[in-house]
Amino acid sequence: MVQNIIEVRNLSKSFDISSKEPGLKGTIKHFFRRQTKSIKVIKDISFEIKEGEIVGFLGANGAGKTTILKMLCGLIYPSEGSISVSGYLPFRRKENFLKNITLIMGQKQQLIWDLPPIESFYLNASIYDLDKFEAKKRIKKLSEMLEIDEELFIPVRKLSLGQRMKSELLAALMHEPNILFLDEPTLGLDINAQRNLRKFLQKYNKETNATICLTSHYMKDITSLCKRVICVQEGAISYDGKLDLLLKRLSPVKEILIVCRSEDDAIKLENFGFTVKNKIKNEITIKIENDSITSSLKTILNNFDIEDLFINEPPIDEIIGKILIKKNYDF
Amino acid sequence: MNLRKYLKVYKKFLHTSLASELEYKTNIIVDLFTAILSLVGSIFLLSIFFQNNGYIGGWKFEQALIIQAIYTILNGITNTWFNPNLTEIVKHIREGTLDFVLLKPIDSQFFISLKKINPSGFLEILLGFFLLLFCMRINQINLNLSFLTLSLITISCSICILYSLWFFISTTTIWFVKTWNAIEVLRSFLYIGRFPLNSFSFSLRVFFSIFIPIAFITTIPSEVFLGLSQVWEILLEVIVASIFLITSRKFWLFALKFYSSASS
Repeated sequence: MVQNIIEVRNLSKSFDISSKEPGLKGTIKHFFRRQTKSIKVIKDISFEIKEGEIVGFLGANGAGKTTILKMLCGLIYPSEGSISVSGYLPFRRKENFLKNITLIMGQKQQLIWDLPPIESFYLNASIYDLDKFEAKKRIKKLSEMLEIDEELFIPVRKLSLGQRMKSELLAALMHEPNILFLDEPTLGLDINAQRNLRKFLQKYNKETNATICLTSHYMKDITSLCKRVICVQEGAISYDGKLDLLLKRLSPVKEILIVCRSEDDAIKLENFGFTVKNKIKNEITIKIENDSITSSLKTILNNFDIEDLFINEPPIDEIIGKILIKKNYDF
Repeated sequence: MNLRKYLKVYKKFLHTSLASELEYKTNIIVDLFTAILSLVGSIFLLSIFFQNNGYIGGWKFEQALIIQAIYTILNGITNTWFNPNLTEIVKHIREGTLDFVLLKPIDSQFFISLKKINPSGFLEILLGFFLLLFCMRINQINLNLSFLTLSLITISCSICILYSLWFFISTTTIWFVKTWNAIEVLRSFLYIGRFPLNSFSFSLRVFFSIFIPIAFITTIPSEVFLGLSQVWEILLEVIVASIFLITSRKFWLFALKFYSSASS
């Protein structure tokens, strides 16, 4: 049986946040008498993650995804509850725990700006106690996987965003961590760079059985990497389970556009008992529940003279967007 | 603590930092000129103070020059290590890149205090040493083992106090986010360290001994050079330096509990 590598119980986090009224009056008031209030950004959440799992954290901006990741890797102290990552209390930041994890943030960088990435890699190697030979071996292996070569010797400031992100990944994975926390790793990358990064993460997970916790606003990252998702809404978990199931729940019907040979057939089909979305001449769009799609298509093909047929999957961004837009989405 | 690992990491810090700085040749040359001009300017200023009266606070110009030499060495150390690293803490905290430091299996205080060096500060240290040697000659100070030990102890204590003060202020960034001004105030107070403590009024002497311990940073080490220091003063310097160092360490570890990381 696969072991839980992350266990979170009744975790909460509150921050003291100050607010300011607009205008000069507000600024002066804010300067002399700052009004702060405690806001609970994470509310009593519990979940487990198994070794080797890739879990996507979904939620709108400010929902609390990054705060959860930062508590899991030990950067932020929790206000209440307990966290165990690889058997360690993350916020104690023990050396062995830190050697097991890595955090990659799409919008922040750790590479030395004026030097080629290779210099940062060797610095990291000394921090992680790797000898030169081992470091060289790992750099070679990871650079092949990430398909970077010459870029390793060009100053970071002269690299493109995609090349920089690949180098960031290499720097973050040199110590071969078995838990990866990725906070929007594909942010700002072009489509090809995004795809390459996803391919790399899949491969890394397959080869090392590393556990990956990922947040991203690019749905493609989530759908191609994560079988399981955790939806975070206003600091609470609203869904924790398989992505497929979530999509089925959020979008239980498919739209089918049927092009009939004649308008008569389209009229007959309209009166057959399907839920019709619209009908224009010999083209009719019907809605069919996911569960009965095979049997319904069989019936249509057997009873009507069909010229063409299109099954329209609603765009995943649109489906997931429903959770992000609507507060307290009812699953 | 694995000393070998820390030495290896420090070697890498030196290497990467020098390589980064050497990317900008003009900047280094300008810094070198600034260091020389600053020392010449300071000596000139000091000589003006002594022009009318041969003594200030009981110190001759030749003796006061020792304070200037020690100040130059300390300023060189500040510019080589403290300035590039400790001002960076503010940036780390504001931009949230402290996250990367905290997630490394290495002491975070070691990392943020020593990661960078500014090579032009070395020249200041060197100039300070030359000036110190010159002062020893004109003040006819004889070198012996006990003198060397005591001067090394007191200068090391000065460095510890200076570092701790600066680090303490930088740490408060975790709560106040921006503390540039406090660091500037500290630096301007340290300029006062170029003059003998006795040249100030009683209340200022108390202030510069307790709140901003300039007396311990430049005056006592200078007194050691001139053979004017008391044993209790040296002991007190060691105690004060230890208290400062331990407190700054404890304060850093305490402050990290309140680190909330910058939002993404």
